[in-house]
Amino acid sequence: MNTIDMTATGLSAAIRAGKTTAVEATEAVLAKIAEEDKKYNCYVTIDREGALSQAKAVQKRIEAGEMTGPLAGVPMAVKDNICTEGLLTTCSSKILHNFVPTYTAEALKNLQKAGAVILGKTNMDEFAMGSTTETSAYGPTKNPRNTEHVPGGSSGGSAAAVAAGECFYAIGSDTGGSIRQPASYCGVVGMKPTYGTVSRYGLIAYGSSLDQIGPLTKDVADCAAVLEALASHDTKDSTSVAREDTDFTSALTEDVAGLRIGIPNDYLGEGLNDEVRAAVLAAAEVLEKKGALVERFDLSLVEYAIPAYYTIAAAEASSNLERFDGIKYGYRTQDYAGLHNMYKKSRSEGFGEEVKRRIMLGSFVLSSGYYDAYYLKALKVKALIKKAFDAAFAKYDVILGPVAPTTAPRLGESLTDPIQMYLGDIYTIAVNLAGLPGISVPCGEDSQGLPIGLQLIGDCFQEKKLLRAAYTYEQEGHRHE
Amino acid sequence: MANIISDETIEYVGILAKLELSDEEKEQAKTDMGRMLDYIDKLGELDTSQVEPMSHVFPVQNVFRKDVVTNGDEREQLLSNAPQEKDGMFVVPKTFD
Repeated sequence: MNTIDMTATGLSAAIRAGKTTAVEATEAVLAKIAEEDKKYNCYVTIDREGALSQAKAVQKRIEAGEMTGPLAGVPMAVKDNICTEGLLTTCSSKILHNFVPTYTAEALKNLQKAGAVILGKTNMDEFAMGSTTETSAYGPTKNPRNTEHVPGGSSGGSAAAVAAGECFYAIGSDTGGSIRQPASYCGVVGMKPTYGTVSRYGLIAYGSSLDQIGPLTKDVADCAAVLEALASHDTKDSTSVAREDTDFTSALTEDVAGLRIGIPNDYLGEGLNDEVRAAVLAAAEVLEKKGALVERFDLSLVEYAIPAYYTIAAAEASSNLERFDGIKYGYRTQDYAGLHNMYKKSRSEGFGEEVKRRIMLGSFVLSSGYYDAYYLKALKVKALIKKAFDAAFAKYDVILGPVAPTTAPRLGESLTDPIQMYLGDIYTIAVNLAGLPGISVPCGEDSQGLPIGLQLIGDCFQEKKLLRAAYTYEQEGHRHE
Repeated sequence: MANIISDETIEYVGILAKLELSDEEKEQAKTDMGRMLDYIDKLGELDTSQVEPMSHVFPVQNVFRKDVVTNGDEREQLLSNAPQEKDGMFVVPKTFD
């Protein structure tokens, strides 16, 4: 098999067996990037020299027997809102065009301990606000499956890089579907873990109560291995949870006998593309044939998730993005009259349209006189949504549905109407509000050849059930190929 | 559109958000925010009078740690990110007369 086509765990096994080296793999993938990234624009920054020197160091440690894990020596890509010491981190925004962090995000440090070789930083919607990777200040990323279409977002560069073979795996962040939806559009696996599983230290915050870092990979086994390496209890993130059950690779068994799967009727209704519906229901049938108990049910409150989400996320964003003031780092305007004018001009010139839209909305819903009516109301609706999921998980182990209502839209089609774009997040967003884990697994293509994603949602801390179901489904799919 | 955003409101939000908008941007922001609020008003359909607001999904407590420095001296690296620095300090516009 060609090195570039290997999975992450497959490549690492080959490196550890002496069949290839981390350096050879890094050279191969850098050559692929040099050849193809002009077409797709997956990367904002490519760290050629850095990657090669990391690969050499990792290879030495593998040969010395110091690095033996399932991801040792594997070149990977990092979403550009995750801090990398000494390497440009822009959030795909003009306001951070020259920002070089002085430390590496905890989650990425965990991967480095597992032998990761960082290739570079992937493109995204500016500050992770968007669903298409078109709001990047550094140009849109294109879907490797069809370059006239978007890769999804906000982790579009990460998903596209995995799909294009421009890395062996990538990490992204998911605030309202930003890992799962681009994974679905690009035909790769993506997972958002339970809130608190992966440290957010070094992840540039968008909606702190919703953000989680997670893997984008070529298959489910890689997803489990990357998540296992990412997860840790970190005292530097006060919302980090001390978990003892993070041996996610132990869940890679073909066994769904007796697994109770619920399909919300609310996820199959109006707005869902027919081909997506058919593919998702066919996937449910596969799992049913393997012994899962599949049933339809009413989840309720689905249409309230988006307005609650945009209120909470915008509120948190307006607060989190106050730090970009042109003083300590990032862009500062050229001409100004006094401190406040400098703040205002630096921010207005440095932020893009969608970011400004959300900061304004967030400032408004938090302002005196509107706080109770909007922000507090949204937090109450969040409590109701969590309750609806609690009721569902009393009956089911896994909730199954589509990731997104359609396959990847054409470039330029989504940004004209923000609310229409927000509606595309309808099946992913509630998962973040309720802090749940969710995975996106490829489950076919539409008539244009664009990938369709199956979403599996679990109760808090039940990633293993999701991985087991996803793995079983994937194995069954491979048998049909 | 049920929510009409006035010029005064947009001015006020601009102050809170520390953003300076052109007249054209202001008009667009008024329309966008009005539409979003119309959409968010949907939450009003739900009776939440007996519901406690949920800021965190888990019953987490405050996390305390000793207030000690654990990182090293990064002054040079940190300052190298500043738009303007002088003698080991950030340069800021004059803030008072």
